[in-house]
Amino acid sequence: MKLMVSVKRVVDYNVRIQVKPDGSGVVTDGVKMSMNPFDEIAMEEALRIKEAGNAEEIIAVTIGEQKAQEQLRTALAMGADRAIHVEVDEDIQPLTAARVLKALADKEQPGMVLLGKQAIDDDQGQTGQMLAALWDRPQATFASKVDLDGQKAKVTREVDAGLETIEVDLPAVVTTDLRLNEPRYVKLPDIMKAKKKPIDTTSLADLGVEAAPGLKVTNTAPPPERQGGKKVESVDELVSELKNRGLI
Amino acid sequence: MAKVLLIADHDGENLNPTTPKAVACAADFSPEALDVAVFVSGDNGVADQAAKLDGVSRVLRIDNPANEHCLAAMLAPQIVKMAADYTHVLVAGSTFGKDLMARVAALLGVLQVSDIMKVESDYVFQRPIYAGNAITTVEAPSDQVLCGTVRAASYQAAGEGNSASVEDISVDAELPDHTRFVSVETHKSDRPDLQTAPRVVSGGRGVGSGENFDIIYKLADKINAGVGASRAAVDAGYVPNDMQVGQTGKIIAPELYIAVGISGAIQHWAGIKDAGTIVAINKDEEAPIFEVADLGLVADLFDAVPELEQKLG
Repeated sequence: MKLMVSVKRVVDYNVRIQVKPDGSGVVTDGVKMSMNPFDEIAMEEALRIKEAGNAEEIIAVTIGEQKAQEQLRTALAMGADRAIHVEVDEDIQPLTAARVLKALADKEQPGMVLLGKQAIDDDQGQTGQMLAALWDRPQATFASKVDLDGQKAKVTREVDAGLETIEVDLPAVVTTDLRLNEPRYVKLPDIMKAKKKPIDTTSLADLGVEAAPGLKVTNTAPPPERQGGKKVESVDELVSELKNRGLI
Repeated sequence: MAKVLLIADHDGENLNPTTPKAVACAADFSPEALDVAVFVSGDNGVADQAAKLDGVSRVLRIDNPANEHCLAAMLAPQIVKMAADYTHVLVAGSTFGKDLMARVAALLGVLQVSDIMKVESDYVFQRPIYAGNAITTVEAPSDQVLCGTVRAASYQAAGEGNSASVEDISVDAELPDHTRFVSVETHKSDRPDLQTAPRVVSGGRGVGSGENFDIIYKLADKINAGVGASRAAVDAGYVPNDMQVGQTGKIIAPELYIAVGISGAIQHWAGIKDAGTIVAINKDEEAPIFEVADLGLVADLFDAVPELEQKLG
C-alpha cells in the first residue's frame, strides 16, 4: 500500500516568537523555519511501516508557499519516495487543507494518511479529523502506537484518561502524538540523494478545491506579562508567605 | 441570539471536569438556549450531573449502544443531525473534544474555532497560538454554524445550583462500522487529577531520578496536590508522559503551582501561565523560572522539599 504524509512548514520550535507591534501577526521574516515536529513523527512512522514491509511507497505532501519545498526535501531525505507541493501564497484554513488532502487521497489511494496531531504555529489541531470526515474514513488521533494487521490497524491513543486503543479499517487517517517515535536524523548522503527525487507541483485549482471561508484574524497580541515576584530566603519564610496568601 | 449545543465529555459515570468549564464559556454567549447533549449507553447518572450546571436549559440524553465508548466516528454523524437547530456547537477542548469537533465541523462543511479562551461576541473570540505565546482575536462567519472547542483552563467551572430538565431523544443517523473500541488503560491514582487539581507539585530534571520523585509525591500528598513533571523529567524517564505539564503536555491552571528542580523552559511555561501562584524551588538562581515565579526559593531541593513537607500541615 501507499502511505501519504502531510508536512507543514512552521517556525522552528526553538524560536521564541515575536508578535508584531502593530498586532498584524507574528514575525516570520528571517526566522528559522522547520518541519512541524509532529509531522516529523508522522514521517518517521511512515518510514517504519515501510521498512517493516507493510508499505511500498511514501508520498510526502505539503501545502504552502514556494519555500515549503525545503520541508519536502527534508521529508525526501528522511526517506519519502516522492513529494507533492500544493502551492498557495496565503495561509489556508484546516478545512481547505483537508479538502486538498482529500483530493490527493482520491487520486493516490493511500492505505493510510499520517500527519501531526497539530501544527505548532496555529495550534488548531483539526486537519486530520477533517480529512477523515470528508474522506468518510476512520480517524485515529493522538497516536502513540500503530500496529498494522492486514486491512486493519490497531492504534493506541494518548487521551486524558490514559491510553485508549481502537481498531480501524484501512484506509484511515492517523494523527501522531509525541510518544509515537523519535524521528531519525537526516544524514548528508540522504540529503544529496533527496535532490534527485521528484517533487510534483500542483494548485488548488488543479485539484478542483475551493478554499473554505476563513477565520479572520483581526488582532495578534502578546500574552499578558507575568512579573516575577519575590525571593524568599528560607523554607520558613516560604511557609509563612503561603499561609499569608491563604494558599495552605 | 445564540442557541448553543454543548457536547458533554464523560467516562460513563462522571462528567469530565472540563465540561462544567465549557458550560461557563457557553454561558458567556448569553444564549437563548444552552442544551447539553449527553451520549450514553445506558443511564449512568451523567445526564443528572449535567442538569445541575448553572446556565443549562435542557439536557438531551441520547441513549444508544453505539455511544458506549463515545467514539468520534459514532458521535459525529448524530451531532450533525442535531446541529440544524443550533447556531453554535461547542465542546471542551479535552482529547475527547478535540478528536470529535473537527470531524463534526468538516461533516457540516464549516470551520472550527479551537481553544476559545474568551468570547467577545457570538462570533468574535480570543484564542491562543504558538502554545499561548501569542493571543489572537478571530472573527468567524455568522452565516453558518459555529463549531468550537473551549480552552478549559481559561474558565471557572459553572456552579451546580440548577435543575434543568433531562429529555431522552433519539437521533436517526447512519453510523459507520469502520472504527471499533478495543480497550482503555486508565492511570489509576489516589491523587487529585493533575488537570483539575487546585494545587499541583511538579518535578523537573533536577529531581535526578524516578526514585527521587518520592519527595515530590510526599510533598504533594501532604497538601493534597496533583503531581506533574517537566518534559525534561519525562524524557529522562523519571515519570510517565501523562504527567507532563507544558506546551506538548497538559496545560493547567491550579491556584498553587510548586515547581521543583524545573528550570522553566518556554515549553514548560506555556503549560502553567494561568496558574494562580507559582512557587519555584531550584538551586540555580539564574534559572528562568525565577523570572516568572511569585515566590522563589534558591535552595537544594533535597533539603528544601522534605523540610517544606514537614513544616506544612
